[in-house]
Amino acid sequence: MSLHVDITKQLGSFTLDVDFTAENGITSLLGASGCGKSMTLKCIAGIERPDEGMIELDGRVLFDSEKDINLPPQQRRVGYLFQNYALFPNMTVRQNILCGLNREKDRAVKERRMREMLQMLQLEGLENRKPAQLSGGQQQRVALARILVSDPQLLLLDEPFSALDGHLRDSLKVEMHDLLEHFGREVLMVTHDRNEAYNMSRDIAVMDRGRILALKPTKALFADPGSVQAAVITGCKNIAKARKLEEFLVEVPEWSIRLETKQSVKEGLCAVGLRAHYFSPTSQHNRFPVRFTEEMEEPFETIIQFRYEGQSPDSPPVWWRLTKDRKPAQFPEELGISPANILLLYE
Amino acid sequence: MRFDWYPLINSLRIAAISCVLVFFAGIFFAYYAAKLPRTIKGILDVILTLPMVLPPTVCGYFLLVIFGARRPVGMFLSQFGIKFAMTWYGGILAAAVVAFPLMYRTARGAFESFDKTLAYSGQTLGLSNTYIFWRIRMPACRQGIMAGTVLAFARALGEYGATSMLIGYTPGKTATISTTVYQLWRTNDEKGAFFWVMINLAISTVVLLSVNMLEARQKKAVKS
Repeated sequence: MSLHVDITKQLGSFTLDVDFTAENGITSLLGASGCGKSMTLKCIAGIERPDEGMIELDGRVLFDSEKDINLPPQQRRVGYLFQNYALFPNMTVRQNILCGLNREKDRAVKERRMREMLQMLQLEGLENRKPAQLSGGQQQRVALARILVSDPQLLLLDEPFSALDGHLRDSLKVEMHDLLEHFGREVLMVTHDRNEAYNMSRDIAVMDRGRILALKPTKALFADPGSVQAAVITGCKNIAKARKLEEFLVEVPEWSIRLETKQSVKEGLCAVGLRAHYFSPTSQHNRFPVRFTEEMEEPFETIIQFRYEGQSPDSPPVWWRLTKDRKPAQFPEELGISPANILLLYE
Repeated sequence: MRFDWYPLINSLRIAAISCVLVFFAGIFFAYYAAKLPRTIKGILDVILTLPMVLPPTVCGYFLLVIFGARRPVGMFLSQFGIKFAMTWYGGILAAAVVAFPLMYRTARGAFESFDKTLAYSGQTLGLSNTYIFWRIRMPACRQGIMAGTVLAFARALGEYGATSMLIGYTPGKTATISTTVYQLWRTNDEKGAFFWVMINLAISTVVLLSVNMLEARQKKAVKS
């Protein structure tokens, strides 16, 4: 089971140029809106034509500009869950799902598979409703049912949770995750929400302005994003220019500090990232005097902004994020961070 | 003397046939114009919309220049026994040309507001483009297309300028309601003119009312 994509396409102000292989389970394309993620999905589905390159799914060539192969979407067997679900408004739930079974000619088989799908996605009793009469979560399940029943070899999800209310989102994430594990085929999901990507996927590809900056297993990516843009996209709040001093020591001029690292520092280091969650008032490593500047409360967490002593005035304050129960009564005079939590960012 | 109903029959058949032609032609051009590159689309759009803003007599003039009995196209067609000038079916041509932009523009507006992801999702599900067009796109654009059809029918039924230029007025041959009204008025038969005016009003009212009723029923069906 694998999807190989290597395409380029001119997109207004930048060029989409992606080259990746996704295999075994759920892969997310994570990036800001307008970075070319959705266009990548459209090219894979055959809705848009890349300028050049090739797309291969389980050894089947879907697109190859050199051999002049460009299968129409109908022949690609790629399911596409659109952000707005794209249910046919003039058809009932039943008719919508039957659209996914148009390749099957035997009526009895059609009926049986539709029933199975209705049951699997808990849609029984809604067969005769029109999409407009369903809740957002139900619409999503109908759209998924319609796709899964067509037995695609690859499933593309375009911001699958963005149209849902916050409280529904979490429970649907869990549901969808189970369902996709059960589906057992390749899934490629597009999202701008790093939590969503983290929850759902095995691998994450970070995209920025048409390029893939990193493609790694989810946990490895968050532990070591590798580049400044990838660090920003994975939610790292504190990034500053840095240079290598020794194999395990870097200097951050902006903050006037030197940081010990656990990973060995390679040539070409351009910045370090410190995740807002990782500061500790008790840690003895990388411990420096700090000055509190501002505090902002969230329901369960507190964000404290501080400056390192000697931090240059035009450098933005550093963020420390902690759960409220861990908040010290008095703001500590020094803060440390473990060498393992220093993100080394390269060009 | 038996009353001459010919103008009514003639008008209805001209309007009905030209409406059917315009329905398909309008949808065809609206659908494909949307896919053309911008400049060609702009030029085509102007040409296809011109009959709507030109005086109908000017349209009639062009039709005569092209299809007149002594013009090349007219002479060519007459070899096959087709003659648009001074025949009742010439009225179909005149009405269709004038009514076409109404269908074309409303259908194009409807297609442009169509949610493309519906077509895309149909394609990825394996549905044929023909199926998507007739079963998904057309129903979704139903309101606009129906409105365009009704407008085109009403326009074709009321066509006067181009019709009188191309097919003139011959009682029992090319007379339509609108040319009859003018002819009767001109010959001081005010009563006769009034009668045909009322006929025209009645048809138009019935058409518009039935469309409104149809729409209301559909809205109800969607709600329940």
